[in-house]
Amino acid sequence: MENNNRKAWLYLLPAILFMGLFMVYPLVDVFIYSFEEGYNSASQTFFGTGLYNYSYVLHDPYFLQAVKNTFILVIITVPLSTGIALLISVGLSSIKPLRNLYQTVYFLPYVTNTLAVGLVFMILFKKTAYSDGLVNLLINLFGGSSVDFIDGPYWAKMFVLCFYTIWVVMPFKILILTSALASVNQDYYNAARVDGTSKLRIFTKITLPMISPMIFYLVITGFIGAFKAYSDAVALFGTNLNAAGMNTIVGYVYDMLYGDSGGYPSYASAAAIILFAIVLTITVINLLVSKKHVHY
Amino acid sequence: METNYDKIEKAAKTRRTVTKVIVYTLLTLWALMVLFPFYWMLLTSVKSYGSYNAEYIPKFFTLSPTLQNYIDGFTTVNLGRYVLNTVIFTVATTALMLIVTIPAAFAFARLNFRGKNLAFTLLLSLMMIPNELVIITNYTTITNWDMRNTFIGLILPSVASVFYIYLLRENFAQIPDELYYAAKVDGTSDFKYLWKVMIPICKPTIVTITILKVIECWNSYVWPRLVTDDEAYYLVSGGIQEIRENGFGRENIPAMMAAVVVISVPLIVLFLIFRKKIMAGVARGGTKG
Repeated sequence: MENNNRKAWLYLLPAILFMGLFMVYPLVDVFIYSFEEGYNSASQTFFGTGLYNYSYVLHDPYFLQAVKNTFILVIITVPLSTGIALLISVGLSSIKPLRNLYQTVYFLPYVTNTLAVGLVFMILFKKTAYSDGLVNLLINLFGGSSVDFIDGPYWAKMFVLCFYTIWVVMPFKILILTSALASVNQDYYNAARVDGTSKLRIFTKITLPMISPMIFYLVITGFIGAFKAYSDAVALFGTNLNAAGMNTIVGYVYDMLYGDSGGYPSYASAAAIILFAIVLTITVINLLVSKKHVHY
Repeated sequence: METNYDKIEKAAKTRRTVTKVIVYTLLTLWALMVLFPFYWMLLTSVKSYGSYNAEYIPKFFTLSPTLQNYIDGFTTVNLGRYVLNTVIFTVATTALMLIVTIPAAFAFARLNFRGKNLAFTLLLSLMMIPNELVIITNYTTITNWDMRNTFIGLILPSVASVFYIYLLRENFAQIPDELYYAAKVDGTSDFKYLWKVMIPICKPTIVTITILKVIECWNSYVWPRLVTDDEAYYLVSGGIQEIRENGFGRENIPAMMAAVVVISVPLIVLFLIFRKKIMAGVARGGTKG
């Protein structure tokens, strides 16, 4: 036993080194940063401690814009993507031929580079001097007039962002829901069929309660993921998100750190901690709501 | 009476067929939605610059495909450099991840030592830390160490993956104890036991975490963007942004799409080879969105 002690810690040493240096220490440090006022990254000095950084961030119009964008994105994409994924998964588990093919195709967005494929969405939606773009042609076909989705009105840009975000998060949700549906005990369905229960009733009374823990898991991870949205927005609107008015909270954190507007780790820390507080609050609310509705 | 029965049977059959048609239509619609961007990038990447810009109404096919855009991608902009950087970054990070993960998982699964439970609880609680919180200090650390625009600066903070340690530990723990005691009786050292017995048995899990890490590395954008501003160290994600913003000296969308294809193909091929492993691994704990 005694002998094992040293050996065990030796095996753990690399992990401890990496995690201590790049996870634990930064976690402590970020709180310290957020309270240091007027921190200068060149001279590494600061002239006070207090809540000034938080107050600065909360009064920064760019931050407020980022919070607004992020909340709209979350409120639209989380229910929509979960709902569509549920619809597709139910459809997928009701068929046999071609099922594997569909599953493979649906998973493709998961393994693609968000930045790269975002560019394809950009050219599909963008209106240029040469062409109105494919999506606008479709709109014209149905009698609408062209909209510039990339440099145009706010709602149009938000629409593309939500659309692309849903496209990106779908594979994970479909995968989780199809495996949840497959694990429901067939006996329940057989019993219901013997009783002549209608399909809709089977779905709402058996299927939904049985997979509710997984739906709930997807809603929680969906909220957390959507609150951290960033690279999808960069892919569509470029790196200067503030200019496009499409910044997200995470984007604001990074902009404060680096780039033309950067060099303020204290503001970045305060913003990151505010983001963390929002995510934590929403997750706790989710957990409380689920206690009432989720069947375990 | 008989005709009545036939009628009911027929009606039920029609309803089943209609449901099937609706389901397949819906599924095909979503499949097209997923595949269309891929088709569009392939198509655009083989259209010539002139013909692309001449199409006010984009064509859904091209009769004169060209590979010129791919040549441009590797000559006019540094696409080859970005891909090479990403390969170096991915291989080094993944290898280091395995070197860190395997011994740690072994210690937690097999060895008894003081403070094991506490250490393991701490490890699990680390899983909840969002990357956004720690990246700020990591950025300052790497800057202070003068490691911006170096591979070491890119790689080191990307190595640790708590979840993979957890996943591998669970797998290691399933190996029966008897095997370990038998090996001990034979005088096998712990390290040899890990190397000769545990790793071969748990190879599927190790392959899974390797692939997941490769995907993660290939697509990583935030950290590389923070610590590199020298084009010579850009990875593919940062490279594609660079191509978009200052790329070919003019807005050359076909060449940009060629770059997108080059970046996307390696992972799609990897996915098609390891489809089952990747999907099972992600279902067990990958998160994206």
